[in-house]
Amino acid sequence: MIPERVKALLLPVATLAILEIWARAIHLESDSLAPPSAIAIALAEALRDGSVLAATRDTLISAFAGLLIGGAIGLAFGIGLGIFHVADRLMEVTIEAIRPIPSIALLPIALIALGFGYRMEIVIVGFACIWPVLILSRAAVGGIEPRLIEVSRALRLSAADRIRKIIIPAALPRIFLAFRLAAGIALIVAVTVEIAINPIGLGAAIMTAQQALRPDLMLAYLFWIGFVGYLLNTGLVVAQHHLFGPAALVRDSA
Amino acid sequence: MSMTAAATQRAISPGAERPQIAFSNVTLHLGGKAIVENISLDVRPGEFLCIIGASGCGKTTALRLAAGLYQPTSGAVTFDGKPMLMPRRDIAIVFQDYGKALLPWRTAAGNVSLALEASGMASSERAVRIDELLKTVGLPAHAGKYPAEMSGGMQQRLQIARCLAQEPKALLMDEPFGALDAMTRQGLQDEVLSLVQASDATVVFVTHDLEEAIYLGDRVVGLLPHPGRIGIELKIDLPRPRDQLTTRENPEFLRLRRELFDFIKASEA
Repeated sequence: MIPERVKALLLPVATLAILEIWARAIHLESDSLAPPSAIAIALAEALRDGSVLAATRDTLISAFAGLLIGGAIGLAFGIGLGIFHVADRLMEVTIEAIRPIPSIALLPIALIALGFGYRMEIVIVGFACIWPVLILSRAAVGGIEPRLIEVSRALRLSAADRIRKIIIPAALPRIFLAFRLAAGIALIVAVTVEIAINPIGLGAAIMTAQQALRPDLMLAYLFWIGFVGYLLNTGLVVAQHHLFGPAALVRDSA
Repeated sequence: MSMTAAATQRAISPGAERPQIAFSNVTLHLGGKAIVENISLDVRPGEFLCIIGASGCGKTTALRLAAGLYQPTSGAVTFDGKPMLMPRRDIAIVFQDYGKALLPWRTAAGNVSLALEASGMASSERAVRIDELLKTVGLPAHAGKYPAEMSGGMQQRLQIARCLAQEPKALLMDEPFGALDAMTRQGLQDEVLSLVQASDATVVFVTHDLEEAIYLGDRVVGLLPHPGRIGIELKIDLPRPRDQLTTRENPEFLRLRRELFDFIKASEA
């Protein structure tokens, strides 16, 4: 028997092989495409001279800082609104009015206010990360077993203890899921901001490669961004599995 | 033998004492509908009161009113003469759905600890008390297990241990053994009787199992449904300690069972 994982690799490997053969057969010379072998060489070179890693560091700093700040804001509001239904109703219109603003539309304002660099990118990533965490943690808190809330009432737990000992642990698996989703969004938004305007990170590196008419390097960065995203998600899935057991994954990935 | 005498004494002690839990003309409307209506009921300190009734008769609602989880629409619930405006730490509630009432992310010891933390016990003193309580309910070897790793009976014992950690003056039990198999249930009935005997706590025990009510109680109150109100009140003068075989074969037990059975049938008709 061939293991499933090996079978799963079959299609991408075959695709790459066909692309390579095709590119060599027609002597590909293009500003937008390059044979897989050229992409691999470009990536290896960029890895060796450290430019990929420096760009990755810049992008991840912005993505994680935005994720932490936006996630913390979203979490605080999500828990608060999940507990206090009155506040939830009062805030509903405000939230639903702000939430649909595409985070990238804040770019002009953020640029004027903060200029190029990490801070502007972090603000935009943070804005994007607030919403998934707010909405999911609010639902997580609202969905806590009512019996547990009654137990906390019967024991006369203080408000702080109720949040610390009942609500957060009960909602934690779903809150973690929210952060997992937000992490993906953070990476997307960070790269988008860099492609659009910010001259740092992986997005800017792709743009530079494109303007230098280096399709091999551009595609190498594209591949690398996908790889970073894959590693990020895999790392978080493993962490989720490790922290909350397989039950949490089955229940929450639905 | 002296225990039997004491228990019998307790069961028939005169009502001169101030009631511990008192319902006076309690009515509760939820969503515009009367759930319980005009219930007046006194529970003496140390009494074991069972509440039975057809489904929808408001048994659980009555228990929640006693716990302070609900506030009556009219009338008043008092505990030791003081109005019950919110739950009290010296009233413990054993929920039927033990699986939902336990914290799945805490071990058995951690679940018991929650009640001790709530009462502000220093962490250095908790470990000893947790060991004692788990031993009391027969779970000394399971301190490190999570609820999901325990059987239903064990989970319910654990919930009882957490309630005992509150050192309750009153124990309110909502069909605590309803989801358990017959053998486990009988074992737990006897354990609850001996725990209550040892602690002198007042017990209000809601059940739909008529035999369980007679077997455990000093008194059985039957509720009529739609809306819930008191339909029957029986004093149970069976000797204590009770025994799963002899008590259940006692002619008085059978007579009481017959009476309650007829009551339930009539109330459902």
